[in-house]
Amino acid sequence: MNYMIRAKNLVYEYIRRDKEDNVVDITTAINKVNIDVEQGQFIAVLGHNGSGKSTFAKHINGLLIPMEGSLWVDGKNTNDMKKLWEIRQSAGMVFQNPDNQFVANVVEEDVGFGPENLGVKTSKIWKRVEESLSAVEMLPFRKKSPNKLSGGQKQRVAIAGVMAMRPKCIILDEPTAMLDPGGRKEVMDTIRKLNKEEGMTVILITHYMDEVVYADKIFVMDHGSVVMEGIPKEIFAQVDELKNYHLNVPQVTELAYELRKEGIPMPKAVLTVEEFMEAFEKM
Amino acid sequence: MIIIDHLSYKYKDVVEKDEYALRDINLKIEDGEFVGLIGHTGSGKSTLMQHLNGLVKATEGTIYYNGEDIYESDFDMRALRGKVGLVFQYPEYQLFESTIFKDISFGPKNLGLPQLEVDLRSYQAMRDVGLSEELIDVSPFSLSGGQKRRVAIAGVLAMEPEVLILDEPTAGLDPRGREEILHLIRKLHKEKKCTIILVSHSMEDMADYVQRLVVMHEGRIVLDGNKRDVFAHEEELCMLGLAVPQVTTLTNQLRKKGYTFTKDILTVAEAKEELLRILDKSV
Repeated sequence: MNYMIRAKNLVYEYIRRDKEDNVVDITTAINKVNIDVEQGQFIAVLGHNGSGKSTFAKHINGLLIPMEGSLWVDGKNTNDMKKLWEIRQSAGMVFQNPDNQFVANVVEEDVGFGPENLGVKTSKIWKRVEESLSAVEMLPFRKKSPNKLSGGQKQRVAIAGVMAMRPKCIILDEPTAMLDPGGRKEVMDTIRKLNKEEGMTVILITHYMDEVVYADKIFVMDHGSVVMEGIPKEIFAQVDELKNYHLNVPQVTELAYELRKEGIPMPKAVLTVEEFMEAFEKM
Repeated sequence: MIIIDHLSYKYKDVVEKDEYALRDINLKIEDGEFVGLIGHTGSGKSTLMQHLNGLVKATEGTIYYNGEDIYESDFDMRALRGKVGLVFQYPEYQLFESTIFKDISFGPKNLGLPQLEVDLRSYQAMRDVGLSEELIDVSPFSLSGGQKRRVAIAGVLAMEPEVLILDEPTAGLDPRGREEILHLIRKLHKEKKCTIILVSHSMEDMADYVQRLVVMHEGRIVLDGNKRDVFAHEEELCMLGLAVPQVTTLTNQLRKKGYTFTKDILTVAEAKEELLRILDKSV
């Protein structure tokens, strides 16, 4: 099997020390996490704040190095400091706040910053910038200032910036948390398109359940451990368990679940409005 | 009561002639109302809210607070800032004191109140937002995201405002944190009898909590009314980059297929009741 990412018994602890360097507090952020991601998959990691999902994400491009266990990105172990540069080229990251990720005053220069740092030839950089911006449908904005863009547009430019480095996988850490509904839809459509059309491996970290209905596989994290894993249909069928982990299921999923409790034979996991309509009309 | 009368606002440093952030806003908010304000990023929501406590001065038009024109030269603007409390977006970034109690006391202290009054109000505010007294001397920076937000809200409450404006108070929080903050706001509305203006991107939250809904687009108010009436404009809201709750979309589509509903549906509970009624009838 061609694994893009393999995490084996990953452990990471945040250790707080006082002025004398004595340990005052240890928080186990992730505890024996095993997550495998195949090339080209769209993976979602769900969990509430403090569940360990962002700590896991930071391991994938070597921002954090595991204290126990190992993580391989495209076959390279992140414990190997010599490989870190290559790993960061393989795995690009997009963060939550669209305003903290810009380095240039013009959209196209911002997107070109990554490949320029990788030492790509100037002529090739422009080609990559164009390709990446058209992939996220932001090419018409190439000469604009990032400040003039909406939140959703800014995040799409941030995604283009990562794309321009030609990574094999892209990790998005709550990319829509600060966006309005229109912006969220833009970004989610873009992510799905990159995965489907460009074959990019996607790891989406989020607490919005409605964003993960199209994922190939979902991992639910709680208190640093993976507590559920499966395809969306399997995960969404367990409404009570998800609520226990403080996750909100989409309204249609909850509605179908509530109707089932009343003895109405709705399917076990309804993910979208369309699925609900179809099931309901058969009644 | 707040009356916003033909208010427009133009950024001073903008060269383009027609760059109005707010255009001819007319709005009347009665004492004790719970108003939701929606609009995509950049629609003017935050700018309008900053007018209400005098942080930004209108280019044209005026605001009457309890019958007094706030731009009259003898109007006490400082008192207004105490009466109209504004909780900004990501308020946790504005915490700065060494202890939670000092941070909460900052507002009432600035109102020029005697120390005893400042302390009493700060204790009360801590209780109101559900922060335990043990936390008095704790640094606000050691708290979780949701807790930090409580501190920021307490700081505004300690000024005993008549109107409480919250600009996206749940942005970036996970479902549990969101629910906690929204419950708190509902409690404050009930117990303190203050007027609440809530700015949010979450249509589901709006459906659950507010009474009246105001929609902004490109600096204008485009819809204003009872939330049920406003959410009846699904197509229009979608065109503005907004949305309606997912169950509202679902029931609207079912309606197109010939099912009849007794009212516009906004919540899962309402949808469940109506669908059970429909199924019962068809048996």
